[in-house]
This record gives sequence, structure tokens and C-alpha cells, in this order.
Amino acid sequence: MDIVVIGSLEPLVVALQTAGYTVVGPTVKDVAVRMAEISSAADLPADVGDTQRPGNYRLTERGDGMVFGFAASPDSAKRFTQPPRQTLARMRGRTFEEPREEAPRVALLGLRACDLAAIAVQDRVFLGRHPDPAYRRRREALFLIAVNCAVPGGTCFCVSMGTGPKATTGFDLALTELAAPHRFTVEIGSDRGAQIAAAIPHRPATPDDLAAAEEVSRVAATRMGRRVDTEDIQRWLPAAHDSPRWADVASRCLSCTNCTMVCPTCFCSTVEDGTGLTGDVAERTERWDSCFSLAFTELSGQPPVRSSALARYRQWLTHKFATWYDQFGTSGCVGCGRCITWCPTGIDVTEELAALRGGTEGTSCIR
Amino acid sequence: MGTRKSRPRLAVWKFASCDGCQLTLLDCEDELLSLAAEVEIAYFLEASSAPGPGPYDLSLVEGSITTPDDAARIRHVREVSKHLVTIGACATAGGVQALRDFADVREFASVVYARPEYIATLATSTPISANVPVDFELRGCPIDRRQLLEVITAFLAGRRPVVPSHSVCVECKLRGNVCVLVAHGTPCLGPVTQAGCGALCPAFNRGCYGCFGPADTTNSRALNAKLRVLGMSDPELVRVYRTFNATEEQFVQASEEAGG
Repeated sequence: MDIVVIGSLEPLVVALQTAGYTVVGPTVKDVAVRMAEISSAADLPADVGDTQRPGNYRLTERGDGMVFGFAASPDSAKRFTQPPRQTLARMRGRTFEEPREEAPRVALLGLRACDLAAIAVQDRVFLGRHPDPAYRRRREALFLIAVNCAVPGGTCFCVSMGTGPKATTGFDLALTELAAPHRFTVEIGSDRGAQIAAAIPHRPATPDDLAAAEEVSRVAATRMGRRVDTEDIQRWLPAAHDSPRWADVASRCLSCTNCTMVCPTCFCSTVEDGTGLTGDVAERTERWDSCFSLAFTELSGQPPVRSSALARYRQWLTHKFATWYDQFGTSGCVGCGRCITWCPTGIDVTEELAALRGGTEGTSCIR
Repeated sequence: MGTRKSRPRLAVWKFASCDGCQLTLLDCEDELLSLAAEVEIAYFLEASSAPGPGPYDLSLVEGSITTPDDAARIRHVREVSKHLVTIGACATAGGVQALRDFADVREFASVVYARPEYIATLATSTPISANVPVDFELRGCPIDRRQLLEVITAFLAGRRPVVPSHSVCVECKLRGNVCVLVAHGTPCLGPVTQAGCGALCPAFNRGCYGCFGPADTTNSRALNAKLRVLGMSDPELVRVYRTFNATEEQFVQASEEAGG
């Protein structure tokens, strides 16, 4: 596969816009890197870095002009593949409608290898045995531009999960940002990626460019903030069902749902039925839900199946890292570390798994 | 739906409160005319000085019970109402005036009033549900306009209102707010507070003040530990839980855990 070099991202942004895509990339908003629409490459966050620890996210200044010099943003591609709310059905009088929700043509710029792995997990969920046509439409309307991760965060562990840091599949284009001079290698991953690449000024990559790009991914792989021992995890994690560690982690868990909401693969939703004031229109809406909400396992006339935080945390972690394999043939975790960073009390799945595996009963503190 | 013989009759009642929740009904500007077409607004002194006689199909009750007279009046309201829905933190949890429950109200009266002997007040501020049976409690200080319409609409359709009892965090994520607690180190009660406001304060980079009372499952001990890491003292923790929903059991526990 040919790899080319571009000196600026602006022609790429313009080419995508010309091809009818809304370009969504990293921007700085509310003192965090957020995925939002950009109108030009100048909107990208030059010089911005981040530090990520359990329950703690802060932006830093890099001073080197790099525009992708940060780890995972709180936003993943999930908001675009599976919107937080969507109308499923409508009754107007006696007429039943299934509204065909819009599938906007969006180019996601700056996805990491973990994000691509998460999209692949969601594809198995939504395009597997019970394909969801609305998901398929949204998914097909997305143009995916990966950026190979140069600075993994303190909560990252994609190497453990075998998903990164280098993007190897599932992208239309994959960039590697290089310094001195500032430039990007561009790897083409699809025909439509090739068309966009052909439409912008580029030159062939030299052996030096390729070596520099390889070095970025090699170094990144050595800088994982966290690791998980996944060997035999499908066996030992469900077997840890009665570990005292679950009560320990439940004492720190807020059941706030943040881990699942920021998780790029957590796909659970609920449906809400509403009616209009005049009573002649009824609507069924799907919205993001979480196995940490009490109502999630509510049954008619019964108490919730998982009424304790212990039961909910155990269900989530066991599903994510073990029983997900049984259901979808893959791990539910891609090692992006978002659940660790964005847990208000700083619960660290890698630490919990290590403790569960080792039978360690040590209590950790809230960060 | 065409014309009906008779529309359900709505009444809005005020007890110890600031009127903000009643105003929320008037704030439904776009929907107010359609609402008035569906229900007969029979008793609503905030909007009209012409009270219609009972009985009423739906009574919205704002405010808490703080006087012997009101304790009698709420029983009358219950008697003339087929359905009774409380609106707001006062009616649902006693409101900010329930801070008297943690102190001596006679002492307050002696400081505030020149002739405290004229003040006929109860030692506590109680929610409506402590006085009469209630059909539904709508939280918030003030209530949320969309949730109020949802409750009235659900009543008209004879269905359960969609008023989730999960945390504000869910609404932050739906709305796309960044977590102010994690990204800014801003103290926030969102993880222990019931949703309903649409995560309004975090959307403007403020922490949640707990206006909607405790969520259905809370772990305030763990949240307090984090809030202490962020620099809050125990007296400050007691203060944030003792605002509009101070007497809700989970918030009482949360403040007691901080020594309150």
C-alpha cells in the first residue's frame, strides 16, 4: 500500500468538505479536547497536550506545534455511530411510522487505533446476527481518518488489548504526525480514501519519512500508562464471582454511569414511550442507558435484578473483559482508558482486574 | 381529538414556597394554549383571580407544610383532588425552609420578627407526602418545564410519566457536557443527584447543586471522599447537602457522614 506525505492538513479538510463531508476533529472546548465540527485545519488544537490519571484529566501546553499531541479525548466515535437519542417509531392516529433518521456524511479526523477497534466491536454488535439498518446507514456515511497515537495517556493500555497504538485496519486514511519539518505520512486504507488522497497535494514518502513514522508507533507502544494481563481472562474473571474485591470496588463506585457512557463500545440503551399533549401522536425513543442505572434491570412489578452496586460493577467488568467474548467473539475492551480517566472516584479497571486475579484484598483509595 | 364534552379540570395550589414552580407552568409559553385546550385550568391564583370550584381531576401542589392552617388545608386539597402531584423541592422534600428541622424555629422567629408571638408556625417543614397520600412527586428547585409537561401529558394519557431517577451524570453525557469534576476539579453533586434539569449547571461549567434531590442509587460516602480530595471541608460538605432537599434521607446521611 502506498504511503504519501502531506505538508499541511488544510487541503485534506477542504477535499473532504468538497466531497460533501462535515469534518469533525479534535478542538479545545471547556478545557478539554472535544470532537467537534471544524471549518479549517486552523481549528485543530496546536500545542495542546493532556495528562490523564484515574479520575483526573488536565490539558497541558506542549510548545512544539503538534496538533495531535494528546491521548484519548472524552469523546469517541460512539456519538456518531450510536447517537444518544433516536426516534424509533411513531404512531400518528392509527398510522405507524418508522422514521428514517438522517445519516449525516461525517469525516471523523483524529481517531486513534483504539477508536477504530471500538468501531469494529460496535460493528459486531450492530451488524452481526441482528443487523440494525439505521446503524448501517450511519456507519456507511462515516469517513474515518485515523491518526497514529504518539503520546498515549497515563490511563492507556491498548497494547495489552492488542488494539494499538498503530492503526492497522478499519480506516479510510491513517496519518502519522511528524516533526521537523511538520508533516504527515498518509496511509491509504480504502478506495474512497485513495480518491481523497489523490485530490490533495502530496509527495511519495521517503525511507526517512517511513522510518520516522514507524518510530512514532514504536515509542508510543513503550509508553502505556497501564497494562492488563488478558491471558485466560475468559476463565478466571467469571470464576472470581465471589471475590471480596467486588465489595471493595462497590464501596468506591458511585453508580453514576460515567464509565459506560464514555466507553466507546458500551452500547446499552433503553426505550422511552411518549405521547403528545393532544394524545394523537405517540413516539418511541431510544436513548443511551447503562448497566449501572438501577432502572436498567427493573422488571414489571419486581425489584431490579441487580439492585446493589456490587452486582452492577461485577456484571459490567465481567461482561466487558470476559463474557463479551462468548457473546461477540471479541473483548469488549479496547484499552482506551476512558473509563479510568472519567470515573469521578478514579476506579481503575486494570487495578481491579489485577486485584481480582491475584486475589489481592488490598483497598485502594479515592483519587 | 375534536371537541370534548368536558376537559379534565386542573388546579394549582401554593403552600410554603417561592412560586417559582408555579411560574414554570406559565413559562410553558409555546405549549400553554394547547394545554389550555386539553385541560380546564380551574384554579390557579398565580394566573387568574377567578377560582373555579372543585372537585379537580389533577391538582399540582407547590410548597411545603409549615403552619397548622396549611396542615388542614392540604387535607382539603386532597379531598377535592382525584390526582395529586407535588411540584418542586418544597412540596416533595420540604424545601430550603426545612433547614428549620436542624435548628430551633422559635429562635429564628425571635431574631427575625419584632413580635414573634404573632407567628403561628410548625417546628418542621414537611413534604406533602408526609401529610396526605401523593400520586406523583416531581422534583426540582425549580421544576423543569419539559418534565412538568411530561407529567401533565402522561396524566392525560393515563400512562406512567417518563421521569428517570438516574443521576445527572447520564444527562451530562447525553448532552455532551465534559465532566467538570474530572476535567476541571470542580466539586459537583451530579453523581448523587437525580436527573431532570438537563444537566444545566455542568453545561455552563458549574458543578451540580443537587436541586433535584438524591438519585435512586447513591454513594455519598465515596463522593464525599472525592470532594475532600478536591479541597472541600466537612462544614462545606454539610452545607452543599443542606440546601433545597436537606431532609431527603440520602442527603441527610451524606451530611451526617461529613459530621453534620
